[in-house]
Formats: sequence, structure tokens, C-alpha cells
Amino acid sequence: MTVGATTTAPPATTAGPLPAPASPKRERRGRRSGVDVRFSPYLYIAPFFVLFAVTGLFPLLYTGWVALHDWDQIMGQGEFVGLDNFVAVLTGSAFWRAFTNTVSIFVLSSVPQIAAALLIATALDRNLRAKTLWRMGVLLPYVVAPVAVALIFSNLFADRFGLINALLETVGLEPVRWHSDRFASHVAIATMVNFRWTGYNALILLAAMQAVPRDLYEQAAIDGANAWRQFWAITVPMLRPTIIFVIITSTIGGLQIFDEPRMFDQYGRGGADQQWQTLTIYLYELGWTRSDFGMASAVAWLLFLIIVGFGIVNYLITRRIATAEGKKS
Amino acid sequence: MRRPSWFVYGLLAAVVLGSMFPLWWSFLIASHDATVLSRERFPLIPGGNFLRNAATVIDTVPFWRATMNSIIVSTTVSASVVFFSTLAGYAFAKLRFRFSGPLLVFVIATMAVPTQLGVVPLYQVMAKLGWTGELTAVIVPGLVTAFGVFWMTQYLTQAVPTELIEAARVDGASMIRTFWHVGLPAARPAAWMLGLFTFVATWTNFFWPFIVLGPRNPTLPVALQQLQAAHFVDYSLVLAGAVLATIPLILLFAVAGRQLVSGIMQGAVKQ
Repeated sequence: MTVGATTTAPPATTAGPLPAPASPKRERRGRRSGVDVRFSPYLYIAPFFVLFAVTGLFPLLYTGWVALHDWDQIMGQGEFVGLDNFVAVLTGSAFWRAFTNTVSIFVLSSVPQIAAALLIATALDRNLRAKTLWRMGVLLPYVVAPVAVALIFSNLFADRFGLINALLETVGLEPVRWHSDRFASHVAIATMVNFRWTGYNALILLAAMQAVPRDLYEQAAIDGANAWRQFWAITVPMLRPTIIFVIITSTIGGLQIFDEPRMFDQYGRGGADQQWQTLTIYLYELGWTRSDFGMASAVAWLLFLIIVGFGIVNYLITRRIATAEGKKS
Repeated sequence: MRRPSWFVYGLLAAVVLGSMFPLWWSFLIASHDATVLSRERFPLIPGGNFLRNAATVIDTVPFWRATMNSIIVSTTVSASVVFFSTLAGYAFAKLRFRFSGPLLVFVIATMAVPTQLGVVPLYQVMAKLGWTGELTAVIVPGLVTAFGVFWMTQYLTQAVPTELIEAARVDGASMIRTFWHVGLPAARPAAWMLGLFTFVATWTNFFWPFIVLGPRNPTLPVALQQLQAAHFVDYSLVLAGAVLATIPLILLFAVAGRQLVSGIMQGAVKQ
């Protein structure tokens, strides 16, 4: 890419118009400097916009164009088929199955995750000894690649010889069929997601907690509010923007989930009966196993709409809950 | 402030142990042979097979190549993201130009758009350019991030005194010189953090490299995936691979974990 070269070149020496030979040195410098001041900022932000246009915006819009065509990965663009790809996707059962799986895994991961993150953040917010060490310990899973996490957990959740099932049996319970029972597979996959992200979210919430003025708590304590009541009446409402942020980012990530379910067994197709096939796995299968880029793009657009929809609903609900909590106090 | 009760420490200790256990477990299995899981009792101490398993992993998948690729991709992408984000962040934070407000809003808005959804055309672009299977196909889409621009804008707004820039300009320094000598040094702490986060995110990324690279020239996560496909019954091998791929990041974490923590905390307050 030539973008790097154009921006690193000093604009002051390259961008000036040639001055009349007779003009004094001073004026030349002034004019150059004017061009410099006017255009440098655009040059500095240009790399982002150029690269985003090529690798982000264009593909996103072009996906819509591909979705309206018969489009084979190898043969390329075929006939214009209008909304046929969307109809084909939406009338097939695979899409709805993948949709349900995605939402189920998303709910199973984000709800307990944010609850646990809040709890951990509250604990970290105390006046602890060796603060940084605790924080680092909680963040550790974040540096482990999701693929590695998935490999480790699909071993822990193995139907035969898995540690979790062995523990269940020791306490006298039936082993769970993690790789064939639909709901159980969702629980296992959600556990992987939670393992990686709970500590990260806890630290984000902790940062917001530390910004809450301490005398609010002292006041509440004097008024006789216990820790639980202080948490609901002060911490949660004060954390509202951060909670919304955490929920929205985990929604965007959660609905696109691919790595963990893909690695949950060695075939990577989301289970023998698509028990844990998610929308992104379905997209991949359409595009790269069946070579149908048209349908894959239709799924991409539907997924985009679903994410936007969930984002809006999430935002509205969170705002509601947090405001109601705030009012009660 | 009062020190918290043992209950708080107990809770946190449980969380930290829970964070470490899966990694310990994978090392435990990886240090035995394939039969370990079918035995009556689970292993409680590491066996002596880790190096042998690691050697098999290295023979089975192009491990060194994948490690090299991951290092190249993550380093290039982090360096580029840091440089371009600092440049753009400096412009947004400290320079006055027309449309700077709306342009910054646009940058922030793009953060909400999952770029992953454009994979089909992006793949076509890479295929047209003949980049499929090449590292460039992974590097180029990662060269800039909206998050990076936003992050540096936030930081530089308060980190660089505007008077300092004006002073440099009055002394006759060109714009880029001013950036180099005033903006860049001030950006250093935030730039390191951005670099760390970008490095971790690029290193652990799977979906796009998996689509565009193919089995012969993989990054580490892609190579790990092949390992599972090739050796699905032999968990001691698969987990040895997982351990090997995680070691570099654990080392990075041991050195820079403190910065990662404060980076998250700093980023969160500025939302």
C-alpha cells in the first residue's frame, strides 16, 4: 500500500507551490507553512479513512450487492436474483436453527458474565492488599487465544473421559452429553466465552466503580443502608453508562461468535445435527464449503440487522432498568 | 479505608484459581500420553511427556512457520495501528481543520459496525489481488482501527499542552516536525498500551486468518485448528499445541500485565 509512504513524507517540503524566484525567503516560507497548516491534518487522518474505505466500508456495502445475485465462489457473479437469496435463507430451517443457537449461547454467556463481572469488580473495589496482582490474576484468561480456550474446554467437557463429567459422577450425578445434547453444548460453549471475558469486563466495571465518590457510600451507611442496598442504590445507577457499554460490546461480539463453537468438535460444522451451529458458522459453510457467496452475503446482512436490532433493544432495556433503579432510591 | 474481610479474598482467590486451572489442566494432560484420559484416575501431577508431545506437534503442523507468521503479523499490525492512530489522534485532538468534528463522529460510528460481516467481498478482493494464502491478506485489513484513532484522540487531548504546539510553530517548526517532537513523545504511554492490546487481539484472532490463509501458511490459531482436525483422539497432543501457542502470550502478560490492566482501566473511564 502506498498510503504509508504518502503520509510519512514531510508535507512541508513536498506540498508547497513553487514560489516566484524573486520573492523574499520569508514570504516563501510563510506560504509553504500556510499550505502545511491547511493540509497536514487531512494527511494525518487520511490513512485511516483510505484503509477503512477499502477494507471496511466497501466490503460491507458490496456484501449487499453480492447478496442480490447468484454468486459462486469460483465462477463469480451470476444472474441478478433480487431477494431470492434472502428468501432461500429465511425459509430454510438451518438459518433459524443457527439463529436460535446463537441467541441461546449469547444469553447464556452475557448474562452470567456481566453479573459475575459486577461481583468480581465489587470485590476488587475494596481496599485490597496486592491490588495489581489480583487484577492481573483476573485478567489472565484474556491473553489466551479463543482457539486454545476452545480446545482446552472441549477436553474438559468431553462426553467420555472429560473432567467435568467425572466430577459429576463422583457426586453421584449422571454424566451430561455435552457434545450431543443441544442445550448442554450451549452451556459448554458459553463457559468458554465467559472464561475469556469475565475478568476483562470486571476490570472495565472496576474502573467505573472507582470513579464513584466515596462519600456517597459513607452517607448511605450513615442512613443505615447495608452493602447490598448500597450496591443497588448507588453502584449500579452510577455505573449505568459503563454497563450499557459492556452489554453492547458483548452483544456485537457474542452474536458473531465463531471460534469457540467451530472448535468444539473436530469437524467444525456445529455438531452432527447442527446443535451448536451459529450464524457465523452457517455463513462460513454457505460461502466456503458450498461456494454460495450470494447466500452467505444474505446471511451476513441478516446478521448485521440482528446485531443492530439487539443493540437497540439492549440499550432500551438497560436504560429502563438502570433508571428505575435510580428512581427507587 | 478498612481492609476487606477474608470472604472477599476467598472469592477473588477462587476466581484467580479458576482462571489458572484450565491452563494448568492443559499442561497436565499435555505432559502425559494419549491414554491418560482413559485411566481410572485423573492425573494430579505432570508426567514427563511434554517435550515429546511438543516435538510431535511441531512435526505435524507447520509450527515454526505459524509462530513466525504470528510474530510478523502481530508486530506489523501493532506498529502500524500505533503509528497511524497517533497521527490521526494528534490531528483530531490538537489541530484545527474543517469537518474535524463530523469526521471524528464518523470514526467513532464505524466502531459499531462489525467489519467481520464484509468477509465475503473482502475475500474476493484478496483473491483478485492474489493475496489469499499470503500474510498481506491478514496484515492490510488490520493496519488501522477506529478504536486506535479514538483512543489516541482521547489521550492526546489532555496529554499535549496546546501552548507547546504553538510555541514550536512560532519557532518555525513544520507541522510534521511539531508532531514528531511534541505529539509523539507525549503519546508514548497510551501508544504502548494501544500496541499491547492490538498485539494480543491480532495474535488471538482466528476467523479472518482461517478464511484467507489456508493450511500451508497459517498463523498459530489456524495451525492449532489443523492440529485438532489431524489428531482429534489424541488430546495430549492437541493440548500440547494449545500450551505451546499460549506460552508467548503468557510471557508477554508476565512482563506487561500491569500495563494491560491499567490500560483497560484507563480506557473504561473515558467512555
